[in-house]
Amino acid sequence: MAVSDTPSDTHRAVEAVWRIESARLIAGLARMVHDIGLAEELAQDALVAALEQWPESGIPDNPGAWLMSIAKRRAIDQFRRNERFDRKLTELGREAETRQELGEPDLDAIEDDIGDDLLRLVFTACHPVLSTQARVALTLRLLGGLTTEEVARAFLVPEPTVAQRIVRAKRTLAKKKVPFEVPRGAELAQRLSSVLEVIYLIFNEGYSATAGDDWMRPALCEDALRLGRILAELAPREPEVHGLVALMEIQASRSRARMDATGAPVLLLDQDRGRWDQLLIRRGLAALERAEGLGSTGPYTLQAAIAACHARARTAEDTDWHRIAALYDALGRLAPSPVVELNRAVAVAMAFGPEPALELVDALAAEPALERYHLLPSVRADLLRRLGRHAEARAEFERAAALTRNERERALLLERAAASAREPVSS
Amino acid sequence: MRFMVLVKATEDSEAGVMPSEEMLTAMGKYNEELVQAGVLLAGEGLHPSSKGARVRFSGADRTVVDGPFTETKELIAGFWLIQVKSREEAIEWVRRCPNPHEGESEIEIRQVLEAEDFGEAATPEVLEQEQRLRDQVAAQQE
Repeated sequence: MAVSDTPSDTHRAVEAVWRIESARLIAGLARMVHDIGLAEELAQDALVAALEQWPESGIPDNPGAWLMSIAKRRAIDQFRRNERFDRKLTELGREAETRQELGEPDLDAIEDDIGDDLLRLVFTACHPVLSTQARVALTLRLLGGLTTEEVARAFLVPEPTVAQRIVRAKRTLAKKKVPFEVPRGAELAQRLSSVLEVIYLIFNEGYSATAGDDWMRPALCEDALRLGRILAELAPREPEVHGLVALMEIQASRSRARMDATGAPVLLLDQDRGRWDQLLIRRGLAALERAEGLGSTGPYTLQAAIAACHARARTAEDTDWHRIAALYDALGRLAPSPVVELNRAVAVAMAFGPEPALELVDALAAEPALERYHLLPSVRADLLRRLGRHAEARAEFERAAALTRNERERALLLERAAASAREPVSS
Repeated sequence: MRFMVLVKATEDSEAGVMPSEEMLTAMGKYNEELVQAGVLLAGEGLHPSSKGARVRFSGADRTVVDGPFTETKELIAGFWLIQVKSREEAIEWVRRCPNPHEGESEIEIRQVLEAEDFGEAATPEVLEQEQRLRDQVAAQQE
């Protein structure tokens, strides 16, 4: 039987421990040194020590505590050597507190604070002083345990670019003296939405790229889901966190059905619902219930509720379009956007017919954000076709075909334009 | 990737001996850790095989056999479904699990097949059969 005893086995085991422990380690250290850049360096040092020592000594019973005590020892060494750091601590007025924490390792106390520390780390990594790209990179690195190389591969950018982004982000946090803390009161909601935005962005980066042969990108969905699930445990009273988790679980439940055997995308209403992952749907519906139970009508919860309408329908025909239209209505009022309006129009068409929907779509005609968006003429064409206005429908299908960048979609749209041309023109 | 973590049965678990309060507490704490780390998808404990049954297939024949079943070490007493980054991470999580039984016991780790794992087994015939099935289902819904 294979026991982990060769160096490469141990190496992989160390990586696994790192995956599990790194965020908690960095978070705990950041609370002590008040600098996430330094905290990460100390954690990395501990990782190197593990890679050197564990192949000989074996993996300790409590690897997290082992890494933490090594990192703390390094921190004390740094303190003693580095006068600059002493000054900095004095400036911050936290010297006594920090020295005490570093001088007397009390691992039990650390255990108790882990949840708070992780939350502080999430809020710091997603701080609004950072660009969105920097927030994403920092979050994946510090909380997702991804290497810089992995982040780079996932976002199809060169590794040095990501490394630069992370270095600059850490510097910005230090320069702007961003405190390592969980925001309170009115600030919390705003800061939380920045965190949720980052997680959903990571999810979408993976979700929209499922067709690629690069496995890193679909894996991003799992990373985002994991981050979301962790956050839901850390902040159980925040309804929108559960709303976002619900949305991601339900969307992820469709992964297997989103492509046919040839790799072509399959639209939601055409998907084989037998391929939807029922476990993820159940988890999503449960998370949605938690969000709604906390009284949420936030944008993520509303989007999750829409996704849930599709998930609950056993066939495409069973879809509750009246409810979806109402939910889009609420979403449009809460977070107005032309894309939401367009989706609302589609739901209205399904629930109430093409006429009221066409009114909504026509109101979007002057929307600059949708000027080059092929779905606007495509939806409009479909409504016109249903109203028997075939000549206009044809022109709109052709316009949509000219705008799309997807070859398969263009072929389909041109086909539909040709079909409209064959229809008798109504009076 | 997903892993099914299978807790093997013991004589006690097969005899329906319920876990002690200490064990339940330890397992509860462990489950909480899995949830807090965003790793746990599902997990359940199972009744002894005396309450179970097996359906044997031989060609077109089906035979139902009631439990209990004898080969205790081959039986399952419970499972977790976890989502992690690697086989090593799955192993590391299982290493941290409290011993689920008194004395000796074993937990098995098996990766869950994903669609892409079927690879060449998803032959045109299989795909065609699936398509036929879908068409039938669609026809029933007309």
